[in-house]
Amino acid sequence: MKLVTAIIKPFKLDVVREALSDIGVHGMTVTEVKGFGRQKGHSELYRGAEYGVDFLPKTKVEIAVSEAQLDTVVEAISKAANTSKIGDGKMFVSKLEQVVRIRTGETGDQAL
Amino acid sequence: MEENLYHLQYAMDTFYFLVCGALVMWMAAGFSMLESGMVRAKNTTEILTKNVALYSISCIMYMVCGYAIMYGGDIFLSGISLDGAESGDALAATVLGEFAEREDGFTGGAIYSNASDFFFQVVFVATAMSIVSGAVAERMKLWAFLLFAVVMTGFIYPMEGSWTWGGNAVFGLYSLGDLGFVDFAGSGIVHMAGASAALAGVILLGARKGKYGPNGEIHAITGANLPLATLGTFILWMGWFGFNGGSVLKLGDISNANAVAMVFLNTNAAAAGGLVAALAVARVLFGKADLTMALNGALAGLVAITAGPDTPSALGATIIGAIGGAIVVFSIIGLDKLKIDDPVGAISVHGTVGLFGLLAVPFTNGDASFVGQIVGALTIFVWVFGASLIVWSVIKLIMGIRVSEEEEYEGVDLAECGMEAYPEFTRK
Repeated sequence: MKLVTAIIKPFKLDVVREALSDIGVHGMTVTEVKGFGRQKGHSELYRGAEYGVDFLPKTKVEIAVSEAQLDTVVEAISKAANTSKIGDGKMFVSKLEQVVRIRTGETGDQAL
Repeated sequence: MEENLYHLQYAMDTFYFLVCGALVMWMAAGFSMLESGMVRAKNTTEILTKNVALYSISCIMYMVCGYAIMYGGDIFLSGISLDGAESGDALAATVLGEFAEREDGFTGGAIYSNASDFFFQVVFVATAMSIVSGAVAERMKLWAFLLFAVVMTGFIYPMEGSWTWGGNAVFGLYSLGDLGFVDFAGSGIVHMAGASAALAGVILLGARKGKYGPNGEIHAITGANLPLATLGTFILWMGWFGFNGGSVLKLGDISNANAVAMVFLNTNAAAAGGLVAALAVARVLFGKADLTMALNGALAGLVAITAGPDTPSALGATIIGAIGGAIVVFSIIGLDKLKIDDPVGAISVHGTVGLFGLLAVPFTNGDASFVGQIVGALTIFVWVFGASLIVWSVIKLIMGIRVSEEEEYEGVDLAECGMEAYPEFTRK
């Protein structure tokens, strides 16, 4: 099993959710986060004076998937969250040791 | 029959004065909202405290001695209740006698209750003082500010008011009226005066921590609540109809009623012109539509037209307002370059544009002269700025005017008032 952590533009959340639902992903966890990448934030003007926005608002989507699902999920997110502009975000794929459904005690792929 | 009409005219003009005074009083709410929107959240309670306290101090000090210095009469307004008459009937007889004696009857100057005159004048003092609070926001000690308010509203403002609307010679030397100085509702007398006092305070006080970098960088310190700032601007815009409209001083005959309507119309037109001009200039300069500049632009339009809302055409008033709105953007940027830190733009809106308003009068009003306007503006500025600088300096020596660096960082709400304006944001 894998954990896909996608950092995406907040306005793309609905599109990503729909794309994932379409390929049979049953659950996800969403967090509002802030951060910066290679652009190191950006600057805004207020009354003619500049101020830096060091951390930009992003949305973090976490999805636990089976090995078989991984490629389609990564592809679906890549497609849905892409605007071809800077700041589209990143995805991190990591190994998932164990998953437990708390209500029934099921584990592994069955708990996904 | 004619006597009854005089009764009615007195009643109407007194009532008009009172309603306009109440509108101007509401400007205190406008300043409070504008300023609380333009400062950071941690300084909100304190700026609101300053605003309610300065309004009340203005009312008390103008009652104690301000009105007497500006227009004569006794301190504590003693004798104002019946204008010196012994009874209500005697007052009526005196007023009717005044009406009957003069040849122009209904169309002459307004005759109204002196108490209504005080009420209308006192809210102008509060307006002038409100201008100061925004410019020194976020770093000045509350009680130092209130001490200054006592001197400003009880003495500094009434002195220059006595030379202008009061008609007295400046220290017995020269008369501004004779030189052709015209300031209809107070672009200079109220607005520039307030800004001059604010400028003196800001110079002694210094900029907010973090506003200017060591290499001349200018850092933005963003306002906490732009909806409040917008509401405040609209409240001021509305109150200004009383400010300028009431300054016609009379409603009760055809030509004056028409003049009042023109003043309302021009005041509104100038604000609209100022807002659009500032919005457009800011868009061109910064690449984005800066709401705070647009709000300052509307106020600049209002300040610009205040010196002469009675003589321009509607188009002329719009243009005067628009020039004011454009000037204010450049003035705000310019003051920042000089490291004069004014969180709400009060010195630019009321000072720079107040001066422009005075200088614009001779273009539409034959009674005003450029020499008179310049001498008048200089007189007001030198007096208010100089006297304020001395008073601020004395207060600085006695008790200090600036909060400590740590208090400034924590916010003056906690340091001065011990309460936050939006506690649920931080406590939950």
